[in-house]
Amino acid sequence: MTQKIKIIEREEVVIRFSGDSGDGMQLTGTQFSDTSALFGNDVATFPDYPAEIRAPQGTVGGVSGFQLHFGHMEVNTPGDFADVLVAMNPAALKANLKWVKASGTIIVNEDSFTAKGIEKAGYDSNPLEDEKLADYNLIKARVTSLTKECLKDSGLDQKSILRSKNMFTLGMVYWMFDRPLDHTEEFLENKFKKYPLVVEGNKMVLRAGYNFAKTIEALPYNFSVAPAKIKKGTYRNITGNKATAWGLIAAAEKAGLELFCGSYPITPATEIFQELAARKDLGVKTFQAEDEIAGICTSIGASFAGCFAVTTTSGPGLALKTEAAGLAVMTELPLVIVNVQRGGPSTGLPTKTEQSDLMQAIHGRSGECPMPVIAASTPSNCFEYAFRAGKIALEHMTPVILLTDGFIANGAEPWRIPKMSDLSPINVPLAKEGDDYQPYARDAEKLNRRWAVPGTKGLEHRIGGLEKMDVTGEVSYVPENHQVMTDIRSERIRRVANYIPDLPVKGNEEADVLVVGWGGTYGHLTTAVRELQKEGKDIALAHFHYIFPLPKNTEEVLKRYKKVIICELNEGQFAEYLRASFQDIKFKQYNKLQGLPFTVIELKERFNQLLEEK
Amino acid sequence: MTDTILKSFRPEKLTPKDFKSDQEVKWCPGCGDHGVLNSVQKAMAAMDVPKEKFAVISGIGCSSRFPYYMNTYGFHTIHGRAAAIASGVKSANPDLEILQISGDGDALAIGGNHFIHAIRRNIDMTIILFNNEIYGLTKGQYSPTSKQGMVTKTSPFGTIEQPFHPAELALGAQSKFYSRTIDTNIKLTTELILAGSKHKGTSIIEVLQNCVIYNDGAHTLITDKETKDDFQLLLHHGERMIFGKQRNKGLVLGGNGKLIVVTIGEFGIAEQDVLIHDAHNPDPHMAWLLSNMSAPEYPVALGVIRDVSALSYEEKLVQQIKDVQATATIKCMDDLLNSGDTWDVK
Ligand SMILES: Cc1ncc(C[n+]2csc(CCOP(=O)(O)OP(=O)(O)O)c2C)c(N)n1
Ligand code: SF4
Repeated sequence: MTQKIKIIEREEVVIRFSGDSGDGMQLTGTQFSDTSALFGNDVATFPDYPAEIRAPQGTVGGVSGFQLHFGHMEVNTPGDFADVLVAMNPAALKANLKWVKASGTIIVNEDSFTAKGIEKAGYDSNPLEDEKLADYNLIKARVTSLTKECLKDSGLDQKSILRSKNMFTLGMVYWMFDRPLDHTEEFLENKFKKYPLVVEGNKMVLRAGYNFAKTIEALPYNFSVAPAKIKKGTYRNITGNKATAWGLIAAAEKAGLELFCGSYPITPATEIFQELAARKDLGVKTFQAEDEIAGICTSIGASFAGCFAVTTTSGPGLALKTEAAGLAVMTELPLVIVNVQRGGPSTGLPTKTEQSDLMQAIHGRSGECPMPVIAASTPSNCFEYAFRAGKIALEHMTPVILLTDGFIANGAEPWRIPKMSDLSPINVPLAKEGDDYQPYARDAEKLNRRWAVPGTKGLEHRIGGLEKMDVTGEVSYVPENHQVMTDIRSERIRRVANYIPDLPVKGNEEADVLVVGWGGTYGHLTTAVRELQKEGKDIALAHFHYIFPLPKNTEEVLKRYKKVIICELNEGQFAEYLRASFQDIKFKQYNKLQGLPFTVIELKERFNQLLEEK
Repeated sequence: MTDTILKSFRPEKLTPKDFKSDQEVKWCPGCGDHGVLNSVQKAMAAMDVPKEKFAVISGIGCSSRFPYYMNTYGFHTIHGRAAAIASGVKSANPDLEILQISGDGDALAIGGNHFIHAIRRNIDMTIILFNNEIYGLTKGQYSPTSKQGMVTKTSPFGTIEQPFHPAELALGAQSKFYSRTIDTNIKLTTELILAGSKHKGTSIIEVLQNCVIYNDGAHTLITDKETKDDFQLLLHHGERMIFGKQRNKGLVLGGNGKLIVVTIGEFGIAEQDVLIHDAHNPDPHMAWLLSNMSAPEYPVALGVIRDVSALSYEEKLVQQIKDVQATATIKCMDDLLNSGDTWDVK
């Protein structure tokens, strides 16, 4: 690294790795982000999988991408546009060129730009010879042949050799950003422990890529991004889905209960269930049900039996669970329903992100059927909000819907690991042997009933979906009683607001424009608002985690601002909900439905427009 | 689980009355459900399981109102989902003795999926399947067990659907315990509930139940005083399958693999030629033949048709957790949080 080369200091960099599904781009991206995080940068990542598992090789439909953004300061989004694009084939170039910054760097595997590859990608002619790429810093590397050359005496078979070509590009990028190779080398040693040839081969290719980049003249400079100034502590990288699973386990441990998860696989929620299934060491019971209905029903059964029960799903699965969710409301049993939102309706865009299940979460059940709805906003805070969902469910004896989305579920970021002793206690209203017990007698403050777990002597009782008589819980069709019970069910969920924090605002109390968002759009909204604030613009942000009930100061906050704009990845569901709740406030909207997160650029453009409007 | 419960508790002697709740029983007078309630309360009293260890879980239907009439832990859930909810209860707390109540519509139509999967997993619970071949609660529509051609409110010209034989469905899902009884036969029903509860794994008790309002007499040939002896075959493990008013009819296996009804003393048939019932045979073939016999060609098999032991789901679940925990390095959440790739920022 003593090379005399121009070093460009950068605050932040966005890299996008892209290639065919089989090219190992997710792994390459993860390795680079882990190494950067270890180096001390703040990082945000966004994997972008093709919807079809087996789209034809070399076609645009089969392109798999991984974008990562790392910086010297706080990084809240994976970045709008890439400084560096790695394209392993023509299709990857075609699919991703629009995401490269003007005059950005593009590294291509020149070997894949054959007549056939070019045709498959849908190009008429070789894009590498096109003037369209003239404004970019194009680096042509014969990745395939150099990898083959490097491993010709390695003893590896042709397939394994070809598979390690992703290490070549990773090596190149490591050189560009002056990153050490040891983390990835260690990773390879662990991952392929049983195949020393593969370990050696991959390491050789990684180094070959590194040296290649160092040697060729195609690279006029390398970048340096200084470590971020981040809070002291122990860190790890975590994805939203993993953080959600861990938050649920943490809640169970805090409450002193066994965790039970009945679930049915569905993208993009599946990893939560898989992560829980892997945690038998912590006594987690998982039940792979025959469908979503059985998923929630087994969990309701487990809740009745005294476990902290959860069920995980995504949009269409939530639709299937609604009848049973109503049963949980009626029986006032604790339950966390995690919904990792994806593009809809119906099967929609399974691998893409959206926020369009909000109304389904708030209202999508038969009858007046209130339950708390909360939303996580970043990959790592999925832990916190899964924990809080558990705390609310258990302390208030109610099902709770936790919303995340595909973007934060698959995205990863460094996370300062909490200690269990730092988390708030969870006090479960269990009824004990000898208690004077009525199934629907209530706590005066929370209005929750107590939980008498089967097996407790003397507390035998019956619950079910039919309307309950106040206090006794017997079946009742008395008209006045239905009113009373409906009112109680509504009031007790409203009272959850007494136990949640106020809505914070980032920025000036009396700014001209208030940006309002909720859930996984947090990173983009924060970045856009912060950048405008830096430019001296009069703008503030209120981001919601608690959707139903809303924080108690919501109306007061919203009323303070002249212009309020609600930004969401749907047609305006939160806007509609806020309009219904606060009828004399005028809301503007900014909505996007492309299966993609917002970009900071488009948000700033819209906010600037609003700032200028009279 | 019953055995361990027995060991760890010495409950006071309970009587059927202890299992009666204070709720008014609202089934139609003459409904077969009354008899089953009676049998269940008798069986529970005879089980020596402490009352608080019972959980009675039902779906929706006339029969599914059952938990309200029982003074135990009870859960009246939603239509078709009782098997799933009961599966969760048992997996969460294997110490509980679970009874699951379902109608034929509840278990085999809307809940068909959960029914077969509970059996496939072999979750230790006793499913009492009230088969009245009709939807009672919604007032008389045909069910998945209604006979083809039956005229009901939703089949005014006769149903054109092929009915399910619950046993066939259960055996197809690898049922290890299948038994059949009649609502009016309190003694047999009580015995079967006891046997089902003793069996580890999913035990099915199909009750031929009479809905006096919408499908009266669906099972008459089997239940009528006049005809019942000729159309009921009461099975006992290890005993010959003999039936009939004169106790001279029996079953033999024909060369074509089908069961044949024979008369002892006719055509040189002697008692020794009649098949012996083996409920514990792991091969389900004979259980299949026996459970599918229907009147008038055959007698209908009652009693325990199949009772084969196997590990239950929740036993395996608990064991797997123990096995993993025995060698695990992660013992609590703090361990997990700090496992794998972490780094310190100073
Ligand atoms: C989701 C749903 N669909 C339909 C119903 C209406 N429903 C209630 S019970 C029932 C059928 C009952 O028949 P069965 O299960 O055979 O029980 P029985 O009343 O005969 O004991 C139906 C269709 C319901 N309660 N919920
Ligand atoms: S309708 Fe039929 S099944 Fe329902 S209670 Fe009356 S007799 Fe029994």
